[in-house]
Amino acid sequence: MALITFTKRGIYCKQGDFYVDPWWPVDYAVTTHGHSDHVRFGNKYYLCHTLTKPIIKRRISEDLNVETLAYGESIVRNGVNISFFPAGHIIGSSQVRLEYKGEICVISGDYKIEDDGISDVFEPVKCHSFVSESTFGLPVYKWQKQDVVFNGIKNWVGDNINQQKTSVLIAYSLGKAQRLIKNLAGDVPIYVHNSIANLNEVIICAGVNLPETIRITPETTKEQLQKGIVIVPPAMRDSRWIKNLSHPVTGICSGWMQVRAHRRWQSADAGFALSDHADWPGLMEAITATGAEKVYVTHGFTAAFSRFLNDNGIEASEVTTKFGQEDDEENKVDLADTQDANVDIKNQKAE
Amino acid sequence: MKRFAQLIQQLELSNKTNDKIAALVNYFNQADDKDKVWVIALFTGKKPRRPIKSALLKYWAIEITQTPEWLFSESYSNVGDLSETIALLLPPAEQSSDHQLHKWIEDLHQLEGKDDDTKKNFILNVWNTLENQERFIFNKLISGNFRIGVSNKMLVNALAKQSSLDSAQIMHSIMGKWDPYEITFTELINGIHVNTDNSWPYPFCLAYALENEPSSLGSLQEWQAEWKWDGIRGQIVKRNGELFIWSRGEELVTEQFPELHFLIDILPDGVVLDGEILAVQDKNVLSFSTLQQRLNRKTINKKQLEDAPIGFFVYDILEYEAQDFREQPLSERRKVLEQLIGSLDDSAVVLSPVIKCNTWEELADLRQTSRSINSEGIMLKKLSSHYHSGRKRGDWWKWKINPYTVDAVMIYAQKGSGRRANFFTDYTFAVRDGENLVTIAKAYSGLTDKEIKEVNSFVTKNAIEKFGPVRTVKPELVFEIAFEGIAESKRHKAGLALRFPRILRWRKDKKADEINTLEDLRQLLASTFING
Repeated sequence: MALITFTKRGIYCKQGDFYVDPWWPVDYAVTTHGHSDHVRFGNKYYLCHTLTKPIIKRRISEDLNVETLAYGESIVRNGVNISFFPAGHIIGSSQVRLEYKGEICVISGDYKIEDDGISDVFEPVKCHSFVSESTFGLPVYKWQKQDVVFNGIKNWVGDNINQQKTSVLIAYSLGKAQRLIKNLAGDVPIYVHNSIANLNEVIICAGVNLPETIRITPETTKEQLQKGIVIVPPAMRDSRWIKNLSHPVTGICSGWMQVRAHRRWQSADAGFALSDHADWPGLMEAITATGAEKVYVTHGFTAAFSRFLNDNGIEASEVTTKFGQEDDEENKVDLADTQDANVDIKNQKAE
Repeated sequence: MKRFAQLIQQLELSNKTNDKIAALVNYFNQADDKDKVWVIALFTGKKPRRPIKSALLKYWAIEITQTPEWLFSESYSNVGDLSETIALLLPPAEQSSDHQLHKWIEDLHQLEGKDDDTKKNFILNVWNTLENQERFIFNKLISGNFRIGVSNKMLVNALAKQSSLDSAQIMHSIMGKWDPYEITFTELINGIHVNTDNSWPYPFCLAYALENEPSSLGSLQEWQAEWKWDGIRGQIVKRNGELFIWSRGEELVTEQFPELHFLIDILPDGVVLDGEILAVQDKNVLSFSTLQQRLNRKTINKKQLEDAPIGFFVYDILEYEAQDFREQPLSERRKVLEQLIGSLDDSAVVLSPVIKCNTWEELADLRQTSRSINSEGIMLKKLSSHYHSGRKRGDWWKWKINPYTVDAVMIYAQKGSGRRANFFTDYTFAVRDGENLVTIAKAYSGLTDKEIKEVNSFVTKNAIEKFGPVRTVKPELVFEIAFEGIAESKRHKAGLALRFPRILRWRKDKKADEINTLEDLRQLLASTFING
């Protein structure tokens, strides 16, 4: 019998009687990472990485019952051995390894191969079956090294400052925001929206080394912001607050920005192809490294990617999940951001 | 090429016209003269010689990247552009090159007549020499168009700013026939070729839609009211014994309309007329669907000439006695035009009549009768106005009648292309026919980005079936579809076709059982058919 089945509540391990990243409430939810399409309200117990715990408590509720594991540690539940390995997606993101009577299954959640300087680096885990995302599962998606992309962003910011424009980067408050902060920190001060500042506090408190940023308050002036880098969550994108800045120009950092059509669609001033998901070569590399005999392909270009795997001798099948949304994973509005933004915009006047 | 790639990037990096013009001015200040000529050519839709078919580019890219053809197609449908798909699929370049744009174009030209192996070697070598963005541009030179949101007007404004020359003159000079392989930048923007070529049209003067009450325009006595005809805007140029017909799309269409060729003997030299190409019988305008039978055909047979006779309704005169007449006030131009055309008494070339009215109210009543003569409303032109280049607010207004509308339900959705490649933006709509739904129109424009995202998520959640890129969706979303006309059609299951359908609004207040029926549309067809 297979170690996991795909049910309407989510990925289910019958032998261990628990779910991984369920989208409907269950008794025991093993959680890969803190993004809202992977962890939801209402489960009786949560099992996640130690760094994910304060994040989901902050984002969902302080009252959650959460057990934690560090990378490489394991617990046994109804005879199923559960352990976590770094997925490289965001801080605390984990691949979940399940082992039962010699059968090994790895659920990768979301992942990327490249070291982003802030998340623990993706670690391939040998297994019999592997659940992989396919957000960017087409060969046109090949990322440049992040140094190249960050140099591009730094040059853009420099030009903006010289031209008296205010650089506004749109980034998820969990994940992309911290990656930007870590890699852009330097001479130019970084100003962050409340929802990002709040999460940063939690993350720093959990022991992650994050460079200093400045929380935007009603006292922050337009002049200060113009000479810095402003990072806000997607919910703020078309806000009056941004329009009222001094000559604002917006930049979006997302893997979709690789393609002109998406850049134009987003109607931002600049698009930088920077993703927390694996690109095509990354997906192939990860899957090959697992040695898996069977691959389940979830959210993204599931049909194309699983067909390609099958044609290349790796048995694969498409699985429908509620992770991401077709083609739109990186662009979804994170509920936590919306709620925060609604409260905060009122208090945040530039002057 | 690097400088041109940079320009393209800058143009794409901003949504603001001023930023784009600044980027263009900057480019024209810095770039090589030969490159500049090519940039103007490319942006105005002129293509360099193309010795290689785009199918071959695709084939070679598939071969060297060992991408299965189906996966290439999947990638293409996500990216929405062949040149870009190839650029993204290829492995990173191992060399680099400082070749300028025109040098690449010349190199491509040299390939003409060479065998496929030579061409292939050349292309693979170039691909291995260029960065992604340059590669994309290079592929575009061979297989595509540069549609990157630079209008002719924007380009001309940038050139005018950079050269301190008059923008109308530059518009005139870049608008038609010149050879980018031959002309220099200075010659081009100074328009030395303009007078040497008899065919030169003028930029059309365009009108804005009237948004306020017409009485806001002041006294009716200051305005000339004409019918707005629904055909192909055209310009007839007669100079030095030659006749040319230009369409609004800056295309020479002389050969398509033999009915107008007699004008070569009638019009004096040095005359340019502005008007509308229409299907006309005995001085009466026929429906647009009749005109359509005559459009975009390489050859025309006798039956088509009989079924859909062409005429020209004349609006204006732009050149008279070989003098640019556009600075004359409309009232003056009209007088000359009446003398020239009024005496013609031809059944096909007709002076577009001026509507005589005393009050705005009277005119508004007349406007309601537009459809009975196959007009789509009224044009208001200030009697004192010059003939402007392009669109200028204030002197010319179009006061169109409201379109027909129908409430229909969405039944299919398909992803768009280009900018909209990743969203379901092309919808097919149906009306009720008894128990069934019958398709009546496909439309893709008219929603805001936010609404498109909303519809997109509906489609993703409510897709019933997949047919390749098409999704069948639960018939639930109701839209009000506007259209300009209705005609019988054997090709469509409904037996009729709507002209220029577009989404007017999303009727979130309506349910699928409240939409219109096919019978409603048949009745409309019957009532318009009388006016043929």
